[in-house]
Amino acid sequence: MGFYVLRRLSQSVFVMLAVAFLAFALFRFAGDPVMQMTGVETPPEQQQAIREQLGLTDPFVAQFTRFVGELLRGDFGFSFRTRQPVAEMIRDALPATGELGLVAMAISLLVGIPAGMLTALRPKGFASQSVLLMTLVGVSLPTFVTGIVLIFLFGVVLGWLPTFGRGQTVSIGWWTSNLLARGGWRSLILPALSLALYQLTLTMRLVRAQMMEVLRTDHIRFALARGVPRWRVYVRHALPNSLIPVMTVIGLQFGGIIAFSIVTESVFQWPGLGLLLLRSIRFVDVPVMSVYLVFIGLLFVIINLAVDLLYAVVDPRVRIRSGE
Amino acid sequence: MKPGSRAKRNDGEFAYLFLRSPAAIVASVLVVLTVGGALLAPWIARSDPFDPGTYDLTDAFTPPVWSPEGESRFVLGTDDQGRDLLASILYGARLSLRIALSAMGLAAVVGVSIGLIAGYYGGWFDAVVMRIADVQLSLPAILTALLVDGISLTIISESASTEFRATVITVAIALSLWVNFARTTRAAVFVERNKEYVQASVMMGERPRRILGIQILPNVLAPLLVIMTVDLGRAILLEATLSFLGVGLPPNQPSLGTLIRIGMNYVFSGEWWILWIPATFLVTMVISVNLFGDFLRDYFNPRLR
Repeated sequence: MGFYVLRRLSQSVFVMLAVAFLAFALFRFAGDPVMQMTGVETPPEQQQAIREQLGLTDPFVAQFTRFVGELLRGDFGFSFRTRQPVAEMIRDALPATGELGLVAMAISLLVGIPAGMLTALRPKGFASQSVLLMTLVGVSLPTFVTGIVLIFLFGVVLGWLPTFGRGQTVSIGWWTSNLLARGGWRSLILPALSLALYQLTLTMRLVRAQMMEVLRTDHIRFALARGVPRWRVYVRHALPNSLIPVMTVIGLQFGGIIAFSIVTESVFQWPGLGLLLLRSIRFVDVPVMSVYLVFIGLLFVIINLAVDLLYAVVDPRVRIRSGE
Repeated sequence: MKPGSRAKRNDGEFAYLFLRSPAAIVASVLVVLTVGGALLAPWIARSDPFDPGTYDLTDAFTPPVWSPEGESRFVLGTDDQGRDLLASILYGARLSLRIALSAMGLAAVVGVSIGLIAGYYGGWFDAVVMRIADVQLSLPAILTALLVDGISLTIISESASTEFRATVITVAIALSLWVNFARTTRAAVFVERNKEYVQASVMMGERPRRILGIQILPNVLAPLLVIMTVDLGRAILLEATLSFLGVGLPPNQPSLGTLIRIGMNYVFSGEWWILWIPATFLVTMVISVNLFGDFLRDYFNPRLR
């Protein structure tokens, strides 16, 4: 086990270095920072002096090492667009995306797992068929169109829910929360729903496939043959076995939620990380983009590491296969 | 079952299954209508939405022809600039399709070549490429496309030509789609490589390129065809999403995604057609491509039927 953890950890460090290198390359090769700081009037000698002062003339390796050192110390530099420290901007945007993602994930798991089970148990039933048809539509509908449809239905036609922005929030330290604010959760419903819909179809399909496979195994068939009540077989024998991959589902969903939150946040003008990234791309705000890249890379690596390690704990076959 | 054997089934069975599947028939009719309309845009549309000389601001916000204030000149109405919506949609779909098709083609060529080489030779190339593929598979395609697109837009200057930006978007989408092609091809090559007919060719001194191209590749065509259809749908969606987010094609070359973004401004006011007609067109196109892909998959893989 120890060896497996060590190897997996070193892999993660390697991936993070690669991501940091990408971010650094973006930083280094997208435009000339000195030109952006000074302007045309500054004489070339002075520009050269600034360049040396900033260490831009140092060897590549030295610059990269310094970049990584700064990242590790949490020194992310300043945004070109707002002149704010990038760390502050990320910190301000994080709670919005965090709550949106958590609620969306909760919806997709709480609805997706039961729905996946249902469609596996009664594949020919009317409910299953309609659910499956809906997932096909869900996969084909672009996330932004789902968002617009929700806005139109609940915001324009029915007028029930707010359609853009975060609405009311409460601050707890630096974290701002919608869920705890009175009325704040109403603003969260539509974005979370539109983000959850696509994830929900994925969860459903995965649980369904897993469940169908488990139902085909001998111990289930034997239990049924023995006359154990059906619901008991499904809930006590089949469900636990098909839930092991749910960890993987959560890992996969995490990626999907990060990616699609960019789209959802754009549709609902939700002031989170995704909207920050889009603005930064449009304004060529390189420092924010490269920090976003590193930050997302880090989140991915941590989640994947956690999922893999949990897997190794739960499923001994993983450990054996990895050569122990 | 060996991956390619279904490709050799006779055409009669394809026609039989096709005619028995209403979803496949509806899907292909819709594909023909949407794709055909896009291809024939210059002949169907009465004006060119990319040419400011052909439309007039005084025509702005004309509703579709079936509403009371509609005009027969503009079948689907006009947008905020007075552009004919039908023309915009057809030209936009043409642009979207061109990017999606070339992105899918590029992804297929790159992915299949990598898969063939990795599967046949193995070794360090295989190890490195498949590790990259694993990492990429954990990233959703839209994130890859957005990051590649965003980073390239940062590096190239704002003034870069439309043509160049279209190329950047094509490459960004292709980069997020190649993995499926590579993995499928590689897995199939692994199976074929050790079969007797391949070993016989190796023994007879046939060149690897010939073995891969003439003997192995035809055997993996069936699954590749399915991936191509599915990925065409994904590519259309990716392009639309990028344009919707405002990091795709520039506004003077509106693709379907750009049209929907423009329409978003009118979701609260009465001009519903500016938003919903392009959105419906996009969704119809993607769903029908996906349905057709599902049919192809079931046809080639009868175990799922």
